Amino acid sequence: MNRATPSIGIRPSGQSRSGFYTIEERIFYVLLAIGALVTGLGLAAAHYMEEHGHIVTGMTNQVVWGMPHVFAIFMIVAASGVLNVASIGSVFGNAAYKPRGRLSALLCVALLAGGLMVLMLDLGRPDRVIVAATHYNFKSVFAWNVFLYSGMFAIAAIYLWTMMERRMNRFSKAAGLAALVWRFVLTTGTGSIFGFLVARQAYQSALLAPLFIVLSFGWGLAVFLVVQSAMYAWNGQTLSDVLRQRMARLLGVFVAASLYLVAVYHLTNLYFARQSDFEAFILLGRGAGANGVFPALFWVGYVALGAVLPLVLLFHPRGGGPRHVMASALLVLAGAFALLYVFVIGGQSYPLDIFPGYVVHSSFADGTIEHYVPRLPEVLLGLGGLGAAFLLTTIGVRVLDFMPQDDFPSAKADTGK
Amino acid sequence: MTPGSLQGLSGRRKFLGLAAAGAGAVLLAPGIHLIEVAQAETAPVSNKVRWGLLIDINKCDSGCTDCVKACNTENGLSGGTTPTSSQWIRKIEIKEVKTGRTASLPVMCQHCAEPPCVDVCPTGASFKRADGIVLVDRHLCIGCRYCMMACPYKARSFVHHPLTDQKPTVPRGQGCVESCTLCVHRIDTGSGPACVEACTKAGHNAMIFGDLNDPDSEISRRIREVATTQLRADLQVDPGVRYQGL
Repeated sequence: MNRATPSIGIRPSGQSRSGFYTIEERIFYVLLAIGALVTGLGLAAAHYMEEHGHIVTGMTNQVVWGMPHVFAIFMIVAASGVLNVASIGSVFGNAAYKPRGRLSALLCVALLAGGLMVLMLDLGRPDRVIVAATHYNFKSVFAWNVFLYSGMFAIAAIYLWTMMERRMNRFSKAAGLAALVWRFVLTTGTGSIFGFLVARQAYQSALLAPLFIVLSFGWGLAVFLVVQSAMYAWNGQTLSDVLRQRMARLLGVFVAASLYLVAVYHLTNLYFARQSDFEAFILLGRGAGANGVFPALFWVGYVALGAVLPLVLLFHPRGGGPRHVMASALLVLAGAFALLYVFVIGGQSYPLDIFPGYVVHSSFADGTIEHYVPRLPEVLLGLGGLGAAFLLTTIGVRVLDFMPQDDFPSAKADTGK
Repeated sequence: MTPGSLQGLSGRRKFLGLAAAGAGAVLLAPGIHLIEVAQAETAPVSNKVRWGLLIDINKCDSGCTDCVKACNTENGLSGGTTPTSSQWIRKIEIKEVKTGRTASLPVMCQHCAEPPCVDVCPTGASFKRADGIVLVDRHLCIGCRYCMMACPYKARSFVHHPLTDQKPTVPRGQGCVESCTLCVHRIDTGSGPACVEACTKAGHNAMIFGDLNDPDSEISRRIREVATTQLRADLQVDPGVRYQGL
């Protein structure tokens, strides 16, 4: 996969170097084609949605943000978190993470691009996206995010430059610090999209900003571990046990911290009498018209598979092996989608409490739990964003030098810190 | 290039320049003329006025949907009641859990003094007019639906499908968010909202429209004399719509 580091790439046994590169090149183009196909399907879905309107999606006047937002928020939050790997290296001076900084910045740019693509194409009027760049209401969290997201691109690109250009290396720490601060603000902004909503039972909490920041660390690291494992396997290399265990422990800490904040968020709600009906709906599936989708996704999808099982795989005395780490990372990513689905869709499905103390019904589904069912176009659009991120990453690691190159003695020495 | 050909080139340039200026004038003139006409017909909006509604739910008949029908007709809405239909006003049947007391009341955009939809709109498409009417600028709305997430009253609808047969006075658009305009096109020509007119016509007289800033207006007198409620008053967004008997 990475042409620039043939000396490190380990030749598969029984195969000549030229043979390896021929196969490697073919597989690169296959991956490129898969990425392009998925992205193309996403773009076609967006065009279909624009032609026919959002009527072809499962979104309604109650659940106004559907699957595209689940994908977009995942990618934007993970983009912020994946840059953590670079920050640990260049800002906090951890030698083992330094060689991973470039890949981390590339993934940040790729995920951000994928997320924003989905977000923009899900607009009712994607043709007017220029309006969002020329008219600002500075009281709007969305308007702040327009600056935060575009600024993140610029900062990640500059950061990448300082890491890749030897003459710019001396600015790497300063760029890394700027990126660290910027992504804290960015993820605070993403959490605040929901946190600043005054009237929704599911949101309106200052806890959402720190929760999103901690979630970003876990999701970003999980993405990084999956991509890193794929690249190492691709180049016939294996990650050193010491490094793998360190990154695995870090993922475990992030997953545990996320679980803790999610628990505090729900406990806070459970303590408030006015929120108890909402919590009964989201955690237990109670309430007229409720089904068990959200509790199942929350308890099984997020808590059991997305948090507890990864923790067991990472911290069990017999865990922490390459397969355990890979499985944990994939489970964390699956759990991320489950949690976001519950948070975004579940939060909107619960009706607004316009008349506290009353049961209500109307032609506009007041007082009714909405049953959102995602439809193909919106799922394809979301997957298209992931496809775009995959495409950018695949091209990036192919044409430039993103393969982490460990100076093992120093990495080992650093583990004593 | 010979001097003759240069002269020819200069002549062609002059001609093209004149043609462009002429075409520009032809294109712009009707627009300027329309702006003049529009300005002539509409008096400037003033913040000395704050338009509002008072709804007496004791007079609102449970089975009556005249206000909803009038709104649909006036604004060219389909009248559909699917989860994706635009409903600028809807009748809500409420029943108090503790007492079993029931009531029926219309709910529409509450035209808040501190509208959360205006706060969250990234482009400024959601805006509050000087006279308190909360509107969506069709040209600036990008269809992000953040205002729908922020509205405490579920007052906004998203246009989910292509539109045909729109009313010239009520421009709408696929992919944009919309809500009750308080019949701004009628207010600007001296009358009131269609829902209020329909309620009066049906003999219920459950809705009063007027200027909340004018102490002598009927609506101001009524809200001074009888107890009225704002929906979700705890949020302190100061709705311009008040309910009596809730």
